[in-house]
This record gives sequence, C-alpha cells and structure tokens, in this order.
Amino acid sequence: MTIVDDSTTPGLAEPPTGHGPRRDPAPLLPDPRPVRVLGTDAAAAFDPGLLHELHRQLVLGRRFNQQATTLTRQGRIAVYPASTGQEACQVAAAMVLSSQDWLFPTYRDTLAVVARGVRPIDALTLMRGHAHSGYDPYTHRIAPLATPLATQAAHAVGLAHAARLRAAADPASAEDLVALALVGDGATSEGDFHEALNFAGVLGAPVVFLVQNNGYAISVPLARQSAAPTLAHKAVGYGIVGRLVDGNDVLAVHRVLSEAVAHARAGRGPVLVEAITYRLEAHTNADDASRYRPAGEVDAWRARDPVTLFERHLRDVGLLDDARADAVARAAEELAAHIRAQFDAAPAPDPGSLFEHVYAQPTAQLREQAADLAARLALEADGTDGGAA
Amino acid sequence: MSATTTRRTTGPTTSGTTMVAALNAALRDAMAADPAVHVLGEDVGSLGGVFRVTDGLSAQFGERRCLDTPLAEAGILGTAIGMAMYGLRPVVEMQFDAFAYPAFEQLVSHVAKMRNRTGGRMGLPITIRVPYGGGVGGVEHHSDSSEAYYAHTPGLHVVTPATVADAYGLLRAAIASDDPVVFLEPKRLYWSTEPDPIAEAGATGAGEVAPIGQAVVRRAGTSATLLTYGPSLPVCLDAARAAEDEGLDLAVVDLRSLVPFDDETVCAAVRATGRAVVVHEASGFGGVGAEIAARVSERCFHHLAAPVLRVTGYDIPYPPPMLEKHHLPSVDRVLDAVARLQWEA
Repeated sequence: MTIVDDSTTPGLAEPPTGHGPRRDPAPLLPDPRPVRVLGTDAAAAFDPGLLHELHRQLVLGRRFNQQATTLTRQGRIAVYPASTGQEACQVAAAMVLSSQDWLFPTYRDTLAVVARGVRPIDALTLMRGHAHSGYDPYTHRIAPLATPLATQAAHAVGLAHAARLRAAADPASAEDLVALALVGDGATSEGDFHEALNFAGVLGAPVVFLVQNNGYAISVPLARQSAAPTLAHKAVGYGIVGRLVDGNDVLAVHRVLSEAVAHARAGRGPVLVEAITYRLEAHTNADDASRYRPAGEVDAWRARDPVTLFERHLRDVGLLDDARADAVARAAEELAAHIRAQFDAAPAPDPGSLFEHVYAQPTAQLREQAADLAARLALEADGTDGGAA
Repeated sequence: MSATTTRRTTGPTTSGTTMVAALNAALRDAMAADPAVHVLGEDVGSLGGVFRVTDGLSAQFGERRCLDTPLAEAGILGTAIGMAMYGLRPVVEMQFDAFAYPAFEQLVSHVAKMRNRTGGRMGLPITIRVPYGGGVGGVEHHSDSSEAYYAHTPGLHVVTPATVADAYGLLRAAIASDDPVVFLEPKRLYWSTEPDPIAEAGATGAGEVAPIGQAVVRRAGTSATLLTYGPSLPVCLDAARAAEDEGLDLAVVDLRSLVPFDDETVCAAVRATGRAVVVHEASGFGGVGAEIAARVSERCFHHLAAPVLRVTGYDIPYPPPMLEKHHLPSVDRVLDAVARLQWEA
C-alpha cells in the first residue's frame, strides 16, 4: 500500500470545508497509568473532615451491601446486585456532586443513591419488588435506577443540555448543574453508550460518565468486551476528555471525579472517567461466580479491598484509632438494624396501584380493567371472610 | 439574528393548504406559545426536514430551539428524555418510519414507562413525530406502517391525522399533552392540497386543537361501517362514494387516535349499521385491525349481521415501489370486503 504525501499535491492538502482533522487528540488522551492517591504525597492535601466522612460512608456502605445481600438470602429482597468491593466508586460518586447536580445510576448503584441521601428502604424498593422506583427523582435529583444498559447515559446528556438551554434563555433561573451518569464495563459495548458520548461531545454538555470497570459483565471478562487500550480511551473518539483512575483508591476516585465535575461545570465539556475496580460478590444473588472466575482472583482483589486500603492509610497518618473505628462500626450496625426495622414496617403494595400513573389521566379501558380487578379482589376478600365465619 | 427580525408570516393554518404546511404551522404556533417546546432531530434545522415539516423553525426560533442532532435515533430520543426530565417539551422527528426502530428501546423502556415507574412523579411530555406508511414510491425502509408496535406499548398515546385540519389540531394537542405521544404522519397525504370536504367533516376548525382519544364519523351511513385511520381514510371515502352506485350507504369512521381508543364512537357507528370492515395499510396479522375487530365483536356481537372483516396490507415485508399498489388496501379490495358481509342472509 502506498501512502501518498498530500502536502505536495495542490488541492489535496486541506479539505476546503474544514471537515478534515479538527483537533489535537493529545489533551483528551487518558494517562494509561491509573491515578492513585493513597500512598502518595497527594494524600496529604485532603481535609481531615473529608477523610473522616469518606471513611464513615465507606464503612456504612459496606454494611449496607452486606445487609441487602442478607435480606436476599431471607427472601425479603427479590434480587440485589451488590456493589461490594466498589464502595469507593459509589461513595465518591455521591459525594462529589452538589445539591443542584443530577445522578443517573444503574441497578448496581443503590449504594450511591443512599449515599446521596435517599432512605435505604426507598432505594431498595425496586429490588424488594414492591414498586419500580421508591424515591422522588426530583427531591434528590436522582433518576430511577436504570436496568437497560447505558440507556440512562443519554438522559444525563439531555438533562444537562436542557439546563444549559434554560440558562441561556433565562439567566435568572440558571443552574450550574452537572449530570453524572454511572455505567459498568459491559455497558460500554452498548450502542446507547456510544450515542450518549457522541451527543455529549457534540453538544458540549456538562456531563461526567463514570465507568465502573469491575472486570466482568455478569460472566464475560473485559477482554471479550473490548479491544480498546483502556475504556477511558473511548473518550477520544468523541472529542471528550478521558481519565483513568484506581477505583479502589477512594481518594483517587474522589479527586478525579471532583476534577471532572469541575471541568464540566466550567463549561469545558464532558469527561469520561474509567475506574478500575472489582465486584467481590457475584453479579447478583442469582449468579454463581465460581463458574467463570477463580477463587484466587477474588482473594487477590480482597487484598485490595477499598475499605481496608483506606483504613490502613488513615491509621498510618494518625486519623483513625480504635475508638473512632468502633464508633463508625456501631453506626454501621445501627444502619443495618434500621434497614431491617424498615423492612418489617413496610406495608404490602396495593394492587389498585397497578393502574395508576400509566397516563396522566387513566383511559376508559384502564378504568374498566381497574374496576374488574377491584371487583375480583372484593370477591376474594368476601370469600376469605365467609370461610373464616 | 433575532426572532423578531426573522419571523416569517405564516399563511392560513389549515384551509387550502397542505398537511405539511399545517404541521409546520402547528410546530411554529406551539413553539411561539411555549418556550419549553424544543424541536430536535436529523436535518430539522436549515434543511427544514426532508419533508420540510420543520421549515423555517431554526431561522425563527434559533438553533437552540430547533436542533440538528447527530444521526442516531436512540441518542435523539434519549436526549429528549433528559430534556423532558428537566421540564422541557421536546418534539422529536424520526425521519422515516423504519428509521425510528433504533430508538425503540428508549421509547418502550423509558418514554412509555417513566411516569409509571416513578409513581407519577416524572412524566415525559415528548412528542415523537414519525412519517409513516407507503404509497409514495419509497424504496425499502421508507414505507413501513409501524403503529402496532407503538399501540401495543402501554404508556404511549398513538395518534394519526388523516386531514389537514386534524394534522394541525392533533399535533398541537400532542405537544400540549403531559403524556408521550407517538404522532404518525401519513406521508402520502403530506402534499394533498385540495381538502376533501367530506374528509374534513367533523374535523376541528382551522387553528384549533383536536382532542386526543376521540374518533370522528366522517361519513354517516346505514349499510355498513368502515373503520380506518391515517392514509387509508381517502381510500375508504372513495369506496363509500363508489358503493353508492350499488345502492350501499357506507359510514366511515376516522379513528384519529389508536391509543386511547374511542370504543364509544366506534361501537355506536357499528351498531348503527350492523356490519363493519376495518381498513389499514399495515400487515393484518397482529395488527391494530385485529384489536379493533376483537373489540367490536366483544362489544357489538348481538348487533352484528356478519363477522368483522379486515382489509390490510399483506403479511409480507413492505414491497418494492413497483409492486406496492397490490399491497395497499384499494377501493376494490374494500368493496370486495363489503360485498362479503353476508348481505343475502
């Protein structure tokens, strides 16, 4: 194959309409060495108050994951995709956002939703099987947990774009908001991931995409998911900034996400952050991870447990002693007890709610069907009473 | 460049104009009335859409209000969802029926369900405009009738105008609706310039909003009732005129709204004649006509002198343009069906 040197051929060097090469990709490229803060001098820059809050959230988050997993074993949660091992990403994602920002979580991000302030019982409503979503998205500025992969990434782009449209049309009501979309490594293969990043780049929307690369899409390892150098490199194809971070180093995740959010908020465009982490539990309680990954691999990652790594750092720098650790552990037990109590107190869902909120106003057909079910339930209730009497 | 200096004069909104012009006027009026209304899609900006339905909107309202997007339908609809979450009223253009399929997951899994899955807290007032149907000589992937997919999805409203006045009125209603509306535009009626006085019977007046969920009797009759919508309405009206020669007085109902479905108007019109034929372009098997025939049979059985018949496209992939006339319901096929309504009994 001969590669022609265009530069000497008249009329070929520069396309006349400017749709040839348009920007230098170098500033967009991620450093292929994941950002780490723990064990480096950069760790000293963090405020002790923030460090203690991160620690508390990590410990509570781990206990939340354990409690929810236990509730599945008791049959009180239908399914729970645990984020055990990914708590650093979950907690940092919630903590880097301001109150005006929006979070777009997936089904594995219940912990991030709780860390942003949703009651655990409400965050777990989907998994309990009582309703599809248990919290008001506008109260917390959190979209419902998205199950169809990567679909919510486009919503984040649209919402962030809409905020800028409103700011342009009505500066008095402008909100400097950023939308943070969470996806997993498997979801980066979806067409919607590509379309969301492309729209974000073209619109220059204030969005941050956080890919929690935990190594597996259920059973399929990353090598069968992508041939990209890193998932963060995908950003370059959309003209947006890519960053790579150690997802088990909570300070690194917090720093990189904070910088990404600030970048987007300043109007400098979207950012794609890939956090390399590991799912210590199976995909869900319905999964058998031993069929696709060796125990030794899991043990190796347990040695890099994000909670343990951070506690070791805090003790090394004199910010964690046994008394503080005990106090946080007690708070975690209180959280677990609170969750169990809320489950005990939660009422059963009302069958009549099936026909609510399909449309703003029910159709005549839905009114008929609701009446049919109500009559059937009334008959059943009468039958029960009659049998008892 | 400001809206005031570039404002175009719109002609009369409906009478004496084309369906394309009526749709354009509806978009223009909706955008002028509500700053939350935003148009987005492929080629909707300076080109004005491949059918010119969005002609002049970006010039009048600016590129922010009428946005040329990347060529990716799931991205367009997904972005519109986020915009609607933030309180805007997006109007999305899918360039052709068959090009809307990449957006299907966003439509079915999010647009249709968001109000329900959030317990009524988050509705998505999105209008999804889809030029649909054949009869325009389109090569493959440009002539699908995809209404059954949408009508089968709870949470969506599905409407389709058959007249110039309804094109305006229903589009204004769709944009004003707090529910998502799939707005199916019959391509082969886009350029009809001579309003049919019978077809316009019962339609909303020029510049008025038409109610979603109400069918309309275009032609009263006593012999049998043709139930149809969108591009098949003119076929049914022609068939009714031709049937007069055989001494038959056919009623014609224009459904206008497939979801919500107007059982009341449809059943009243069928009971009045005791015979019914459903006519649509889409393939018959599992189509909207099957639902209509079932509903009419369930509700009007004792009023029926014959089974409800259907005249539909065949159960084949949409044919090449040189053969489409055999696939589309024709006056002859409608009249043949009417003749099979057990008159001798």
